[in-house]
Amino acid sequence: MTFSHAAQKAASGAGPADVADRAPTASPASTSAAPMVGFEAVTKRYGGAGNQPGFTALDGIDFAVPRGAITGIIGRSGAGKSTLIRLVNGLEKASTGRVVVDGVEVGALSEGDLRGLRRQVGMIFQHFNLLSSRTAFDNVALPLEIAGMDRQAIRDKVGPLLDLVGLGDKANSYPAELSGGQKQRVGIARALATSPKLLLSDEATSALDPETTQSILELLKRINADLGLTVLLITHEMEVVKEIATDVAVIDKGKIVEQGRTFDVFTRPQHETTRLLLSSAIGAKLPEWIRSTLKSEAAAGDRVLVRLVFFGATAFQPLTARLVAEIGADVNILAGTIEEIAGEPYGSLVVSYPADADTVERANRFYAETGLSTEVIGYGA
Amino acid sequence: MAPDLLASLLFKSLMQTLQMVAIAGVIGSIIGLPIGVFLATSGKGELFPAPIANRIIGLIVNAARSTPFIILVVAIIPFTRLVTGTSIGTYAAIVPLTIATIPFFARLVEAAIREIDKGLIEAARAMGATPLQIVFKVLLAEAKPAIILALTMTMVSLIGYSAMVGAVGGGGLGDLGIRYGYQRFMPEVMLAVVVVLIVLVQLVQSAGDWLARSFDRRNRKN
Repeated sequence: MTFSHAAQKAASGAGPADVADRAPTASPASTSAAPMVGFEAVTKRYGGAGNQPGFTALDGIDFAVPRGAITGIIGRSGAGKSTLIRLVNGLEKASTGRVVVDGVEVGALSEGDLRGLRRQVGMIFQHFNLLSSRTAFDNVALPLEIAGMDRQAIRDKVGPLLDLVGLGDKANSYPAELSGGQKQRVGIARALATSPKLLLSDEATSALDPETTQSILELLKRINADLGLTVLLITHEMEVVKEIATDVAVIDKGKIVEQGRTFDVFTRPQHETTRLLLSSAIGAKLPEWIRSTLKSEAAAGDRVLVRLVFFGATAFQPLTARLVAEIGADVNILAGTIEEIAGEPYGSLVVSYPADADTVERANRFYAETGLSTEVIGYGA
Repeated sequence: MAPDLLASLLFKSLMQTLQMVAIAGVIGSIIGLPIGVFLATSGKGELFPAPIANRIIGLIVNAARSTPFIILVVAIIPFTRLVTGTSIGTYAAIVPLTIATIPFFARLVEAAIREIDKGLIEAARAMGATPLQIVFKVLLAEAKPAIILALTMTMVSLIGYSAMVGAVGGGGLGDLGIRYGYQRFMPEVMLAVVVVLIVLVQLVQSAGDWLARSFDRRNRKN
C-alpha cells in the first residue's frame, strides 16, 4: 500500500542506499513506545484573507495519543475538538505545527498517500453518516469497495463485522429501518472494515439516549480490548470520558488546558474549565438550599462545610466514623456519591461540623494523618 | 373531421412527439447530468474546486434557461443546419429541444446533489475515497430518487416545449393542435390533442414517481 511505503521512506529518512545497513531497531515508526498520534505545536486558523483577522480554532496544541488506549478529548462546543480530530486523518490541514500518525506526518502526505492513511484510520460520527440507499451490509462494504476489494472477499469480511457489533440479523435492513444505536453500530462496523489501527470517534454518542450511549461505550471498550485498537474520541459529555477513557485532555478556546490520566484529572482538576465540566458529572452536588446560604467567612456559631474525597487507599477505609470519634463533635453528612472513574472507585462526601478553632484543628490533624483529600466549601449556620 | 382521419393524424403526431421528446430527453440528460454534477461539486472547497469554471458554466446555463424556447429554436437554426443538414422537420426540431434540455436538467441535478448531507461526503473522504468514487458511490447513488424525479420533470417540460417546434416544421401533437384545431377551426382536433397530451404527461409523471419511490429507502418501513 502506498501509505506504508511512505511510512518507510519517512522512517529511513534517506534514499534507498542506506536501507541495507540500517539497524533493525532504527525505525522510529515501529517502536511501541512512540505514540499513535502526536500533535506538535499545532495551530489551525480559518479565513484571515486580506484585512480580516480570521479565526484561530487551535492554538499551540501539544498532545500525544498513547497506543492501544482509549483517549478522550473533552471540551464545550466551539472549543476546537472537531477541528482537532479532523487533523488526524487529514480532513483538515494544520496551519502550523506537525500532526504525526504512527510515525508519518499527515501534512506532508500527497493526496494519494493521504487516502492510504485514511484507510488505516476508521472514523465514526455523531449523526452516523450512513448511506440511506444502502443496506447495513452494503454500508459496511463501502470502504472495502473503495479500497478495491473483490466481491467475495468483501462478503467474507462484512458478515463477521456485523456479528461483532451485534447486527448479524440486520444485514439487509436500510438505515431508515434501524434505531439510532443500531445505526451507530453499523457505523462502527464500517469504520472497522479496513482493519484500521486507529479509530476516531466524533461525538459518537451525543445523539443517543443514555442507555444506548452505555451500550455503544461498552462496544467501543470491547473493541479496544479485543482488537488492541487505539481509540481517540472527542465529546462534550464528561460521562463518556469517565466511563471509557484511560487518558484525557481538556480543551478550551483552542488550547489544551489540562491533560493526564483520566482518574488524576477528574479527581484533582486544576483548571477552571475542567471543574466546570466536571461539576455536573463527578462528585456530590450540593442542594440549592445549602449553596444559597453558604458564606466565605465564618461567624460565631457557624459550621464549616467540607468536601472529603476518597480514592485509592482511602476509598476502602471507615474514615467517616473515625472522623466523628476524632474531633469529638457532631458531624452532619449533607451530600455524597460513590462512583467509578476509568475503572477506579471514587467517593465524595460533603460534611459539616462546628467551625470553632479547636474542632477545625483536630479535624485537620486527622486529615493529615490519614491522607484524606479535603476542600473547604464554605460556612453556614 | 372523419374519425379515422383524425385518428391517423393523431397517431402520426404522437409518434413525432415521442420521437422528439425521447431523443432530446436522452441526449440532453446524458450531457446535462455531468454538467449538473460539476455545478454541484466545483465550488470553493468542494470535491473538484474550480470556482471560476463553476461561475462561467453557471452563467451559460442561466443564459440558456432565460432565453424563451421559441427564440432559441430560431436563433440556433445555423447550428441546427450544421448538425442535421436541414433546418426544418422533426430531426431539426430535436436539436433545439436537446439544447434546452441540457441546462434545465443540469440545474435540477445540481439541486438534487446539493440536498445530500455533507456528512456523507466527509465520511467517504474519511474512508479514503477519491473524488470520483464519491461522485459515483455516494452522490449519484444517494441522489438517485431525486434525479429520477428531475428526469421526469424534464420529460414533462420537453413535451410542452415540443408543442412549439411546429415553427420549424417539427410536427408533433402541439403542431397538430395549432394547425388543425386553431387555424382551421376544428375544436374536436384541439380537444383530442389536449386529451392525448394530458394522458401522456400523466403516464410519464406516474412512471417517474413510481420509479423514484422504488429507489427511495429514506423513509421506508418494512
